[in-house]
This record gives sequence, C-alpha cells and structure tokens, in this order.
Amino acid sequence: MSASEPSEMKVIGGIKFGVLSPDMMRKLSVMEVTTSELYDEEGFPVPGGVMDRRLGSVEPGVRCATCGNTSINCPGHFGHIELARPVIHPEFAPYIANILKATCNTCGRLKLPEEKIKSAREKMYKLGKHWVMLKYKYAQTLIKEASKVTTCPHCGAQQYKIKFDKPYTFYEQRDDGVHRLTPEEIRERLERIPDEDLELLGLNPKEARPEWMVLRVLLVVPPSVRPSITLESGDRSEDDLTHKLVDIVRVNQRLRENLESGAPNLIIDDLWNLLQYHVATYFDNELPGIPPARHRSGRPLRTLAQRLKGKEGRFRGSLAGKRVDFSARTVISPDPNISINEVGVPIEIAKILSVPEKVTYWNIERLKKFVLNGPEKWPGANYIVRPDGGRIDLRFAKNREEIVETLKPGYIVERHLIDGDIVLFNRQPSLHRMSIMAHIVKVLPYKTFRLNLLVTVPYNADFDGDEMNLHVPQGEEARAEARTLMLVQEHILTPRYGGPIIGGIHDYITGAYLLTRKDSVFDKGQAMRLLFEAKYDGELPEPAVLKPGPYWTGKQLVSVFLPKDLDYVGRAAVAPPVGRCDEEECGNDGYVLIKRGRLLLGVFDKQAIGAEKPETVLHEIVKEYGSDMGREIMDTMFKMFVAYLDMHGLTMGIDTIEIPEAAIHDIEEVLREAEERVKELIKDYEEGRLQATPGKTRRETLEDLIMNVLADARTRAGEIASQYLGMTNHAVIMAKTGARGSMLNLTQMAAVVGQQSVRGKRVERGYSGRTLPHFSVGDLMPEARGFVYSSFRKGLKPTEFFFHAISGREGLVDTAVRTAQSGYMYRRLQNAMQDFYVSYDGSVRTSEGFVIQLRYGEDGVDPARSDHGRAVNVDKLIKRVLALRGER
Amino acid sequence: MTRKINVLKHRLVPRHVVLSREDAKRVLSRMGVKKTELPWMFSTDPVAEALGAQPGDVVMIIRESPTAGRSVSYRLVISG
Repeated sequence: MSASEPSEMKVIGGIKFGVLSPDMMRKLSVMEVTTSELYDEEGFPVPGGVMDRRLGSVEPGVRCATCGNTSINCPGHFGHIELARPVIHPEFAPYIANILKATCNTCGRLKLPEEKIKSAREKMYKLGKHWVMLKYKYAQTLIKEASKVTTCPHCGAQQYKIKFDKPYTFYEQRDDGVHRLTPEEIRERLERIPDEDLELLGLNPKEARPEWMVLRVLLVVPPSVRPSITLESGDRSEDDLTHKLVDIVRVNQRLRENLESGAPNLIIDDLWNLLQYHVATYFDNELPGIPPARHRSGRPLRTLAQRLKGKEGRFRGSLAGKRVDFSARTVISPDPNISINEVGVPIEIAKILSVPEKVTYWNIERLKKFVLNGPEKWPGANYIVRPDGGRIDLRFAKNREEIVETLKPGYIVERHLIDGDIVLFNRQPSLHRMSIMAHIVKVLPYKTFRLNLLVTVPYNADFDGDEMNLHVPQGEEARAEARTLMLVQEHILTPRYGGPIIGGIHDYITGAYLLTRKDSVFDKGQAMRLLFEAKYDGELPEPAVLKPGPYWTGKQLVSVFLPKDLDYVGRAAVAPPVGRCDEEECGNDGYVLIKRGRLLLGVFDKQAIGAEKPETVLHEIVKEYGSDMGREIMDTMFKMFVAYLDMHGLTMGIDTIEIPEAAIHDIEEVLREAEERVKELIKDYEEGRLQATPGKTRRETLEDLIMNVLADARTRAGEIASQYLGMTNHAVIMAKTGARGSMLNLTQMAAVVGQQSVRGKRVERGYSGRTLPHFSVGDLMPEARGFVYSSFRKGLKPTEFFFHAISGREGLVDTAVRTAQSGYMYRRLQNAMQDFYVSYDGSVRTSEGFVIQLRYGEDGVDPARSDHGRAVNVDKLIKRVLALRGER
Repeated sequence: MTRKINVLKHRLVPRHVVLSREDAKRVLSRMGVKKTELPWMFSTDPVAEALGAQPGDVVMIIRESPTAGRSVSYRLVISG
C-alpha cells in the first residue's frame, strides 16, 4: 500500500483490554531472541539478536525477512524472549497483591462462604447490565471482605498475611517467620484460582487470567519503534529500549546457564533478582523504591512508560498536542488605526501562508495575476493544483507566463494571504473562548503582528515582547464558521458575566472623560477635526453655543455616534460614592443621561465605555443594537477619544504628586498622633490593662488594634493629600475615571506608603525578637514592624525600603504560586468537563448522554445575551412598548 | 441515646419527593431522558433513608437556584 493509495475505511466497534497470555505472546512473535549480540563484525544484524532482520526492516532499501516489504511499508514484527524464570510484571503487581490477599493459599478459592459467593455472583450480573463501573467497585468491596478471612471457608487451610513491598516483592507472614514469595510460587497460586471466582474479583478469565500477570515470556518490540541512529562517524547509537532488551537477554542467558549447571541457590537468586529488575525497568524506569536504570553517560533510560507519560509523552505530546501547517507566530505590537476586527500581518508572512482558491470564470483574471507574480512577489501564489491532483510548485516553475495560459476553471490556486482574508488569532494561555478569535487580514510592512489596543483585554496581551499565533482556515466551511462565529466583534460580550470584555481602556477612558467634560467646547475647526479622526462623514449637529460664535460641546460630538433611539441613565465612575446623584445635583458631572441618542448630562468614563464593566452605555449599545454597532462605535467614537487626548495632552511627572508644605505637616501630625496612640496601646498591653477580644490572645488583640490605628492614619493622610489633588490633576483624572491606577496608589506616592505586611500581619520575622538590628528587642512600635512613614516621592529610609522589599517579594511569590495552582486546577476541570455539551433540548449532557443539568445553568439563559442575568427585562419591554404607542 | 434528627427538615436540605412509578415514567419521557442517564443518589444517602426511597426510585429535588429562582432536578436511587 503506497501513501497516495486510498486506505480501506473501517469503523471501530470497540476496544478490548486484556492481559497477554504466554501462548498469545508466542503466537504474536515471529522469532525467539536468544543472543545479546546485536551486530557481527561486518555490521550485519546477528540472527536471534534483538536487531534480527525478521523483526522488520528499518533501513531503507532492505527488505523485511518476515513480510517482504521495504522499510516504508513493513509495520515491524514482535519477537519474544523465553524467560528462564518467571518475573512479576511491575504494572500488575498491585493487582496481584489484591488477588493473593483475597484468595486461599491452598485451594485458590475466593475466601468467602459459598452462599455469599452465590449472591455476589447474581449481584455482579445485575450490575454488569447497566453500570459496569459499579460492578468493579463492588468487586473491590468483595476483595476487601475476603482479605480479612484467616481460615479458608472452602478447604479450611490457615491463611497468612500477605505483605506487598513495592514495586514487585511479596512476603508472607507465616507462623515461623516472614517468607519471601518467589514469582514461581505466586504464579502457581494464581493458576489455582477457578474462573468462576475470578469474575467476582473483577477479572474476565478469558482475557486476563491472573497468572499471565507473572511473565514467563517477554515480548520484544520491533526495531521500528526503537530505531538505531547512525552517526556521522559511522558509529551506531542504539535506542534506550534496545539497550534494555540486550540487558534482559544477557541476564536471562546467564540465569539459564547457571540453572543448567546447577549453581548454588544464592547465585540463582541474585540473577533472578537482576532479571526482575531489568524487566521491571524495561516497562517503567521511574518505579518508586528502585534506582532507575542508567545509560553509560549516567542519564536515566527512557523506557516504555516514559514514552507514554507526562507532558512530552505520546498522549499529551504527540496525540493531544498537534503541530499544524498554515500557521505563523511572531511578536505583537499595537496599531490604533486598524479595526478591532483586523490583524496586521507582515508581508513576509503573507507570502508564506496561503489560501486555496478554486479557479472560476469570475476570478480567473485575478488569479492569473497572482500566478504571474509567483511566490516571491506579494500578492502572488505558491502552488497550483490541477484537477487531476498534480501540484505545480511555482518556486521551481521556469516560465510562469506559460503556466498562466494553462489555468482553467477547476484548477486550485494556492495564493498568498491578502487583505480581507479571515484568519484565527490566538494567545496562550488559551483560558477562555476569547483567546482564539477570527480576524480579518490586513497585510502591512515590518515584522510584527499588529492588533487594535482594545482587543488586548480578551487576549490579556501587552507589547513587552508577547508573541501570538495565527492560523489560516483552508476550507470554505471553516472560513464561514470563523467569520460568523469567531470574529472579534461577536465576542465583545463575554459569556462569563455578560458584560463587554472589549471596551475602553487607559487613554480611551481618559480621552472620553476629558472630551465629555462640561468645559470641553470646540469651534467648527476643532469639531470637524475630531469627527474626521473618527472617520465621520455626516453633517455637524446644530451648535450648542451660538454666541460668541458657533461652538460645539464634547457631549454633542459623542452623541453623533450614538444610536438615534438610545436611552440610558447611569452613574459615572467619577461620581462621588456617597451623596445625592440625580439630574439636579451630582458631583463631577457624574449623572449620565442619554435621551434619544443624545448625551445630555454626565461624562463618559469607565462606567460608560469601560472594558469588563457590565451595565454600561457600551454594554447597552452592543446588547440592543448588535455587534456591528459595537464594532462601529469602537472603530469610530473611540478613535475620537484618543484624538482628543492628543489635542488636550495628558502628562504625569514628579510634580503631579506634589502637595504643599502645609499638607505634609498635617500628614506628619496625623502620623504622630497615631504613633502616640500605638504607644498608649503598647503601654496598656504591657501593664495588663488591655482586654483580649474573644477568640484572640492579648497579643493578637494588640496587633489588631495597632493595625487598625495605622490603617486609619494612612486613610486620613490620604484624605489630606487628596484635598490638594483635584480633578485638574492628571493622575487623579486617571484614577477617578478608572483609566489606570487608584487613589491609594496616589496617596502612597504623595503622602505615606503605610504598613507593609507578611501573611497579613505586621512584619515580625528576622532576628530573634526584632526585625532588624536597628531596633531594640521586643520593639512593637510601627517603625520597627514595617510601617513606612515616607512617601514614594520623598523616598524610603533604608529600613523602610527593606520592609517594602519583603512585602513586595511576598506578593511576587504569591502570584507565582497562585498561577501554578489555578493552572493545574483548570487542567483537571477541563479534562473532566471537555465533552459536556448543551443538547438541543436545552439539557447539559456528557458524550454518553448522562444528564448533568436538565436545563443549562438551571434557567437555560445565555449570560452573554441576558439582561443582568435574566432572560427578559420586563421594565425595559414595557418602556419600549409604551414608546411604540407614543406614550412616553 | 443519640438524638435522631430529620434531615428533611434541615434548612440546607432542599425539598425531595419520591416519584411514583407512573410519575417517574411520565416525567422522564417528557424530558426525553432514560432512567440510566440520570444522576445517581445512594439508597444509603441520609435523605434517601429518611424518604424510604428504594433502589430504582426516581427522586425529584426542588431547589432554590440563584439563576432560575426554583429549579427541579431528578436523581435515580441506586443501592450502595
């Protein structure tokens, strides 16, 4: 069968797992391996060795001595080794232990009374009909019960305690002492167990007789799974498995020779043990309790279990982990000018990635141009596929003009990636569905992928060297699915909590705030400039100010982009957290009112256009007017926000966090008062006046009180600093609008950094009784326990700096540990839930049809389309109906 | 003597009802679910014992749900 020939298709009806019997292994085998030699002097494989020609052909050109195929088609054939003495298969040892414990050492019956066996058999039969897992669980309880029996109910023989010493040694606690059970004895005992009793132990005697778990014959895997490498020097380097097999054969032979010559038992036992060790490590070289078999260089051998296990193993590494064609990876960088739906692809990448396009009457002229351009010049083509399946590689085509003439409908041209193509874009870790979204290609110069700043949120990307992957769907169906289901705009709303995950961040928020502030008015030139930046080409609205000339407010400019029937009432992030907030009065213009698509009151900030914020203006627009409108707003209005920020300017320097001398004095006063208070508390404590709060020691109570006093002091210091940092301060604007940073960050910079903590407590570790040698033993004052009096602007004292570093390091370690733990938990959850699906009847089921939830989320609501978690918002519906009837 | 408490009356235990054979059949066919596809509950489960539910019975559980207000689910009682 050659590679291009279509293979015969068969459907897998089922997979059966069992244990190979020695007879089965001999039947599977094409030869017995008898010699540990690999090659003779001429370098030919030695017959009867582990590289025997009959085991299959690996070198190209050599025909297999068994099947007659060349190396490409020969599947490889198993050989076998007749072991001189049986050994335990290490992977089955725990099962052997269970079976030995549950059965009689003399008659081999399951150590349960006859009646119990009869009823158990019936129960097993019943369970097996529907719940196979329960059957095996029941078998475990039977084993447990039978293991406790000390006298066989069948033959009356006394039963001894079996001790299983991992990984493959068994002992029996007899009256006269501890006896080691040889694999031979174990095998004999297992052989005695009748088939009927095996079923009760959860074994199918047809497929897995327990004595087969003790190996008398060892299968030798074909060389095709353990190929040798020929080095440049001509030397051969053998695979780890081959080394291991050679070891086994060698020891096996020595054991056989010694047995035949009647050597003393001591030597026999030693060799037998060695054989057991080699066979065990052949299966698994990481068995607990035994040293791993090593290569000459000291590197542990990679044997069968190691090939399958772990991240780089066959399952996770080769089968579940796919490497794909038509993909690209490079560094990402921002481009505020492209749409959120777009991705900038470097020309160099666009020339390698291709899209197959079928030649038709309508596109033939266009495709001819691509073919003429060839693979070097963008936009060109890399391959042509003829209807008969033949491929023309345009890299080696000498005369493209001639090839172009042969192009006919029905041919397929694999053309370069061009503007408008759909591709999938991904950033690891792919933790939610927004980690892979479809983008529309825009081919750009330079070497990075470009993406709109707004989509950094769902990808959790930044531009400090992040790389991202790109995949090109190759089929029409794949492209259609990508475009309708995976396009960025379809993921503005997250299914996590329903709000927009794509929305204003950083400068977009600051810009929106500054633009919609009451003091932003623009003359015609400025207004048109701003609208132009947003690619607006409609009419200007009526100016809000006519004298001393036509002026437009920022709110008017924003309103230009809002849907004409949008109504919204909300509260801005800059609105004070307490106090009145309604039409007449709200601090910082925080009452947002939109009527019929016109922003009448309030400012736009994080609570209006912010990313990851539900119940905002942006959320309302996307939910009610669709993803097209959402994208439109972000590609136009949002651009105006940054354009205005450019006009207005935004800056932050050391003077931004400067407060007057008087304020600094006030803060010092507050801190001194706090220190006094702490001193009093300590005195109370030391003189025994301090009462312990319930559930705490007096010491803990003292700590709590001190922490409270200090936290309070910092808050008050922050308040004092805030008085001097008003809404004209750019840092404050950023903090209050939710663009970046918090007021706490600002007070730490301007006023006082405050208490540094380790595990939620004041710093106490270090030297005995004190944190640093600068302080006296037992000093409980704030200064000695990690309170930082300085501000970041003023600079930290050496001791303060040290405390701050302790606390900072703890933060870093915590994040590292947290990500590792949550990553592992996520993997486990994903493995457990990967094949759950929402069925057409609304229920959540597993792939086997088991019901997990009768209705998805118990209410069948898609959170991304819900209104505050509810399927319908009755108030909103009533309002809309009334509006339709003209009664509002 | 140990004091016997009625788990059914505990405020954290939602309402459990054992369905009659006919009810169970009707409910399951309405949902298009086979008995064997239901989640399980052991007959030794304190609630099952309090209800006297036998293996093979279907128990209806009515819960308060943060999303749906009231949600109904079903469990098949199995021996164990």
